[in-house]
Amino acid sequence: MTADIRELISKHGNLSVDVATLADEADLYAAGLSSFASVQLMLSIEDAFDIEFPDRMLNRRSFASIAAIQACVDELTADRKAA
Amino acid sequence: MDQQASLLDKLFATGLLVETGVQGLYGRSGVFEDVIARFDALVSRLGAFQKAEVLRFPPAMPRAWFERSGYLKSFPNLAGTVHAFCGNDQDHAALLECVAAGDDWTGGQKATDIVLTPAACYPLYPVIARRGALPEGGVTFDLQSYCFRREPSSEPTRQQLFRMREYVRSGTPEQVQAFREEWMDLGQKLIAMVGLPFTVDVANDPFFGRAGRMMKMTQREQALKFELLVPVNSEENPTACLSFNYHQDHFGKTWGIETADGAVAHTACVGFGLERVALALFRHHGLDVTEWPAPVREALWGTE
Repeated sequence: MTADIRELISKHGNLSVDVATLADEADLYAAGLSSFASVQLMLSIEDAFDIEFPDRMLNRRSFASIAAIQACVDELTADRKAA
Repeated sequence: MDQQASLLDKLFATGLLVETGVQGLYGRSGVFEDVIARFDALVSRLGAFQKAEVLRFPPAMPRAWFERSGYLKSFPNLAGTVHAFCGNDQDHAALLECVAAGDDWTGGQKATDIVLTPAACYPLYPVIARRGALPEGGVTFDLQSYCFRREPSSEPTRQQLFRMREYVRSGTPEQVQAFREEWMDLGQKLIAMVGLPFTVDVANDPFFGRAGRMMKMTQREQALKFELLVPVNSEENPTACLSFNYHQDHFGKTWGIETADGAVAHTACVGFGLERVALALFRHHGLDVTEWPAPVREALWGTE
């Protein structure tokens, strides 16, 4: 489920550890996600899932863990799945 | 909008600012410059206790430093690069023909190794870095420069070429955060001394594009930037006259600045928008400086 997001993190997150070793709930900032990398990650997720993060989601919390990112993506693609 | 136009019109009419036909590019009168100089000196008196090292750069910096600074990631739309003619006699003749015909003559201009300074502290960081590790107590610098930002506007408070005075601190996170705290307090005292109404609020830089949306939010979320705002153009949209910025390890990492014990140095700065303060003074105390309230005159000119 989180495979796509994990791949994007490994490509854009510039983490100090291997993404594969991280649990879904692990703190990405503690794993080395910088402010700039989190922006690149945000853009790559928008492109990959064809979504646009609303301002209310543009905060550190939304990108704090793989699970948090997945929750944002799920919410923004929910309409699409229903239809 | 009318009020904005009329403040600028009044400044032109009294000759305090001199119109050039380009928005945000103005000449200044002797009186205007005197107000800037007096306020600049007041900042120096208030900041003297820091024994900051004074450095002055021309309003331009090496393109290589500019590229490494990361400015293009965040504000590509505001940068101004210096281009110059690099051709031969033939190219010169072609250029003059274009000028005479009113055609575009700038196509052959080539980028030089110089970029206009976007903020007074940008040329400082590489200079700090090449001196080696910081001393135990960190360092404090005193800067002032004309800065360029490509944002034409009819608001006199948004000029394309304007002066920024800065104190910059580099050291441990604790040292630079204490510096910013202290200046948030001193900045309010300073503006109260010159009789201006103000508020202080958390703020963000005008980061560019989609990526910028998130950078704005995270900058606010982490309270990295505060501004001291004075109503100049309107009450609803007060003007940032001072800003208090904590860069965390951004410049330390970018330039390899190290603290005495080898950690990545943090930096913070307080910036004073000199034209903006002068405009706020003219807006609140009137266009005739001899009529300004006595305490304000005393703060700026002393008891002469």
